[in-house]
Amino acid sequence: MKNKFQEYNKEVMEHFLKPKNSGRIENPDVVGRINNDMCGDVMEISLKIKDNKIKDIKFQTMGCAAAIASSDVLCELAKGKTLDEAKKIDREMIIKNNIKLKLIT
Amino acid sequence: MKSIYLDNAATTQVDKKVVEAMLPYFSEKYGNASSHHLKGQEAKRVLEESRSIIARSISAKDDEIIFTSSGTESNNFALKGLFFANKDNGKNHIITTKIEHDCVLNSCKWLESQGAKVSYLDVDEKGFVNPTDVENTITPETFLVSIIHGNNEIGTIQDIEAIGRICKEKGVLFHIDACQSYTKTKIHVNKQNLDLVTLNAHKIHGPKGIGALFIRKDIKIIPLFHGGGHEKNLRSGTENIPAIVGFAKAVKLAKERDINYVINLRDKFIQGILEIPNTNLNGLKEKRLCNNINVCFNNIEGEAIGGYLDAYGICSSTGSACSSNSLESSHVLKAIGKTDLQINTSIRLSLSKFNTEEEIDYVLKILNKIVEKLRRISPIK
Repeated sequence: MKNKFQEYNKEVMEHFLKPKNSGRIENPDVVGRINNDMCGDVMEISLKIKDNKIKDIKFQTMGCAAAIASSDVLCELAKGKTLDEAKKIDREMIIKNNIKLKLIT
Repeated sequence: MKSIYLDNAATTQVDKKVVEAMLPYFSEKYGNASSHHLKGQEAKRVLEESRSIIARSISAKDDEIIFTSSGTESNNFALKGLFFANKDNGKNHIITTKIEHDCVLNSCKWLESQGAKVSYLDVDEKGFVNPTDVENTITPETFLVSIIHGNNEIGTIQDIEAIGRICKEKGVLFHIDACQSYTKTKIHVNKQNLDLVTLNAHKIHGPKGIGALFIRKDIKIIPLFHGGGHEKNLRSGTENIPAIVGFAKAVKLAKERDINYVINLRDKFIQGILEIPNTNLNGLKEKRLCNNINVCFNNIEGEAIGGYLDAYGICSSTGSACSSNSLESSHVLKAIGKTDLQINTSIRLSLSKFNTEEEIDYVLKILNKIVEKLRRISPIK
């Protein structure tokens, strides 16, 4: 029974409340979906790929503030990258580059 | 930003009249109720007047009320104090439920390490304990049945009359945790056959840090605190007079018309929420605390709804918190058979007499927008 939104910083709240990349791409080239069995989050990413590069990327996430914010950041980081570059995006990159989330292990 | 407080099951705003009543007992009337001089006797007098107000509110005798620091302490005292008073008579069995507050569940868990046997009763899908289950679980070793009167998460009000009758017939002590139900639904220790009742002040517009335990006369109980022998030797420690005065004032201010006012707000609020597609009320509409709403929004996370509400200055509460360091979800919602997914999509909104109809209208408007937006973001349709 806790609301701990003050633990999130401004950047997280911005991505959570006003995500720029939420939605589903029409006629996507790829759709990926992943469940987090530990907390029940579900994330779906749709991609438009051209010349081996991510031309457009959108997310749909059922999750908490942190899950929605990191989904949005992931899309921001992946857009314009080649598939090989995009594969290297990991959670440390999302945290370091953008939102300084506290890791929950 | 103006805030709208819908988390009154967590704590309430202290009524200004309560604060006014308390203030002189910090600055002028600061005596120790154990002292024999004027100042001490002034404190002693108001201590006993306050005790009497609280006793009368549940039809108890004055000397059956012991002041403590909180509902948590009262529940700990009831469970542990009775266990240690009974264990040498071959009585070591406690019956409780799966939907108790953590302070009861964790006290029981600890008592198990001290040799207690504890039965945690199931509840039905609306959160009700079946009195027959209580009856069938009583053994010759049972000394106590401890049940939460009004549930803090889903608001169910248990049939304590029926359970009280069974306990009386079987010669087993009956304790209720009435932290959420006190002043909201009738408590009569004789008609309902209650032996111990946990009460506290900060859920009823009184101050934090003060609680009470009703202990029926002649019940043997071992104190948790030893010291100067305050509170009939059952709870040593100088009485917190300002808080006790505030507690009694809050009880005096609790009026039937406030309950009806809050019920009307609650029902309007529930109706408005259930007009949002794909939402369900957790618990039953009837036999529910006047101020409790707990709703499952399906396909969007309660924590995210809470985060958006927070951005609008609206205070709510969720049954799970994956943003904190624990990933545990509500044991109460689990006990009524909700799946992890349903639990994750639930929020609790709890009202008080200080909420207004305008606030409810505003929150409903915002809630509609939030749910629509989060459902757009959610991959689960």
